[in-house]
Amino acid sequence: MAELSNQLMALTVLVYLAAMVSYAGEYAFGSRSLIGRAAARPAAARQLVGAGGPAADEPAADEPAAPVEYPDKADRRREWVARVAVALNALGLLLHLGTLATRGLAADRMPWGNMYEYILSAAFVASAVWLGVVLRRPAVRHLGLFATLALVVLLGAAGLIAYTPVGPLVPALNSYWFIFHVSTIIISSGIFLLGAVPGAMFLIRDGYDQGKRRFPYTLGRHVPAAALLERLTFRLHAFAFPLFTFGALIAGPLWAEASWGRYWGWDPKEVWAFISWIVYAAYLHARSTPSVKRTTATLIALLGFVTMLMNLFGVNLFFAGLHSYANAGG
Amino acid sequence: MTIVEERSAPAAAPPPRTNRFWAFLRNSWRQLTSMRTALVLLFLLAVAAIPGSIFPQRSVSPEKVDQYYAAHPQLAPWLERLDGFEVYASPWFASIYLLLFASLIGCVVPRLADHVRALRLAPPAAPKRLDRLPQHAAERAVAAEPAALAASIAKMLRRRRFRTVVRELPDGGWTVSAEKGFLKETGNLLFHFALLAVLIGVGFGHWYGWHGNRILVGGADQGFCNLLTQYDDSALGPRVQPGDLPNFCLKLTGFRATYQSTGQPKTFSATVSVSEDGGPETSRSFTVNDPLRLREANVYLLGHGYAPVLRYTDRYGVAQTKIVPFLPIDGMQTSEGVAQFPDVNIDPKTNRRDSSLQVGFEGRYLPTVPTDGSAASAFPAENAPGLFLTAYRGDLGLDVGSPRSVYSLDRDQIAGGELKNISGTRPHELKVGQTWTLDDGTKLEFLGTRPFATLAIRYDPTQSLLLVGAVVGLLGLMLSLAGHRRRVWFRALPGPREASGGTLLSAAGLPRTDYPGFADEFTALVKAAEEGTS
Repeated sequence: MAELSNQLMALTVLVYLAAMVSYAGEYAFGSRSLIGRAAARPAAARQLVGAGGPAADEPAADEPAAPVEYPDKADRRREWVARVAVALNALGLLLHLGTLATRGLAADRMPWGNMYEYILSAAFVASAVWLGVVLRRPAVRHLGLFATLALVVLLGAAGLIAYTPVGPLVPALNSYWFIFHVSTIIISSGIFLLGAVPGAMFLIRDGYDQGKRRFPYTLGRHVPAAALLERLTFRLHAFAFPLFTFGALIAGPLWAEASWGRYWGWDPKEVWAFISWIVYAAYLHARSTPSVKRTTATLIALLGFVTMLMNLFGVNLFFAGLHSYANAGG
Repeated sequence: MTIVEERSAPAAAPPPRTNRFWAFLRNSWRQLTSMRTALVLLFLLAVAAIPGSIFPQRSVSPEKVDQYYAAHPQLAPWLERLDGFEVYASPWFASIYLLLFASLIGCVVPRLADHVRALRLAPPAAPKRLDRLPQHAAERAVAAEPAALAASIAKMLRRRRFRTVVRELPDGGWTVSAEKGFLKETGNLLFHFALLAVLIGVGFGHWYGWHGNRILVGGADQGFCNLLTQYDDSALGPRVQPGDLPNFCLKLTGFRATYQSTGQPKTFSATVSVSEDGGPETSRSFTVNDPLRLREANVYLLGHGYAPVLRYTDRYGVAQTKIVPFLPIDGMQTSEGVAQFPDVNIDPKTNRRDSSLQVGFEGRYLPTVPTDGSAASAFPAENAPGLFLTAYRGDLGLDVGSPRSVYSLDRDQIAGGELKNISGTRPHELKVGQTWTLDDGTKLEFLGTRPFATLAIRYDPTQSLLLVGAVVGLLGLMLSLAGHRRRVWFRALPGPREASGGTLLSAAGLPRTDYPGFADEFTALVKAAEEGTS
């Protein structure tokens, strides 16, 4: 079973990689596909407004209005590529679930016992939420390239840096709080992780809309409208923040009290969870303050993501602490 | 600290003479309670927390601070001066969070007052030009009379939990004003006040709490009573006197550990007999994630190990037995410790103690001696136990009175030659029941081992309060993130006479916070208002 899990893991990464290539294929043709046009239009309208043109509401002349049908074969092919990408993404998600399930069966417990399993689970949540978002709002599909890139990098890192053979839990983890604490943190980290993708793309798109044409901003040409990205960023974060609060600041201390005798002890992992919480709280405050620019607020959210990564990799690998389960199996 | 709406502008004409000092204070307070300052303080707090994860903290692991001193003798004193080993108790960390909380109080108290006022006010009258609002439904003809229509719209809005007021206009028209979403601000305030409560609770917990650690060896003769002197180390809060500690006694009657075949532990469980306030002894079990909860004290099982039982018979034939906990140094319970016998070899005739004839043993205990001859245990359970000791004779250095580790011999005494190795460089191996005869004919017997449990005993009086505060705060947070405050107005004007009465209905809506779904809700409300009358 453990062997099967490892094979499924490799397969999962490969399928995500294939999905990434397909998304990239659609992305490359993006400006001319249905989604690409939908994404490009608001920017065009905004430029007209900026020029003071009275016909701002009318579609730009070089674009056909409301392309309900696919005008030519090439467009249809691109749409097909996009569907393949989403389908591959969904297949990857299923394999991902299989990896986790077989891992859990092999160890006879929830597959959240060490860093490898933790990253696997958080990435699964990110992937599942991403797929949910993309099915509900096809307009954000152009983020697929970046979302799957993040998944592939993260899973690759999990496999290369953090791989741990299947093993049972140490007694300290043997508690029902394990399920509450770790599951909520995994789900919220997965969503924060996913929220960073539209956040970063918003900054790129915003720069592109302002006429910046240097390297990272050129990526903004085909991504969805800035306002849509910004709103998606906020909604993902606003959903994940209370969940993270529960997992890190309520369930975690409750368990720490029962296990270590104190609810909060400034263990390195606790310190960095505290830092992430503060930074994400700053993001939510900044976003609800009219005098703070949305780009500044989004930068804070990205900073929060950096602190989450620090907590995931840095703290597990560099600092010794009570949460040192990175190699709990060995 | 969310600024949802602009404060009302200050009075137009400033008072003629302002006291500069008061103006300075007022401006500083305004600056402190502004959102920008709060954001900066939040960041400072996050940045200030980082050193505590990089440098070892005395409150977390004092021994690592000592190691850091040894490894960085130049840097460590400087870090000490900057409170680098006590970041979370340092004045600079405290000043940041106290400023932040001052800023928070300055922000949420006026907002609480505003909110209470808003809750008691009726929704405002409809503006003259409804079409200037973000959402607007143009005038349309409805068959019902204005008064009846307004009443039915108000009913519909109240059913949807809007706060609703119906007003009659002088020209015979009616308006309905409605507002909803106060829970957003309520939740937001609840969250911030819960944060304040948690901070205060943490402070009180620190003042009135206490904790101590103790190694409790198995057996009825090794009991422990909750007195400060019986702890290996302890810390009382500033408002706790040693006499305030609750009165209870513990005896470790059983300890069970089970392991995987790899040596990884599966379960630990300790059984103790407890007597509270001099009452009868009861037997209680507890384990790693399930502490022993007593009145005003919780007992946590942090670790365990083995304590060899050693009997030393001196040159006058007097025997002494010591039970000495050996501390585990790895996951396989390879343990290190020392047995010191300072009061031996006392001549019964003169009754004088010769300090050069004190005896000490230092070494390792392996619960499972490996077959390959290495010095580390092969398994944490006692499958093939062996004790490896080196014997020393001479002055143990215990009479100086300075505090020293009880888990190793005094290195200075050995280096100075006052304490001499008398058993050679290779440690002597003892199996259970074996006797080791030293060069002077004295004997050491290894009688067996007893389990010991490492216990942390703690009390924090505000813990449950903090949990309530945190849960209330979370509820408030969810309300404040999910809610949307919005206003809607309906205006019902009497229709023209020639159209045989009826009503001209128009409506407008204003989201008070960022709310993308408002257009849909507004459309639904207008539809319901029209349908309710037909």
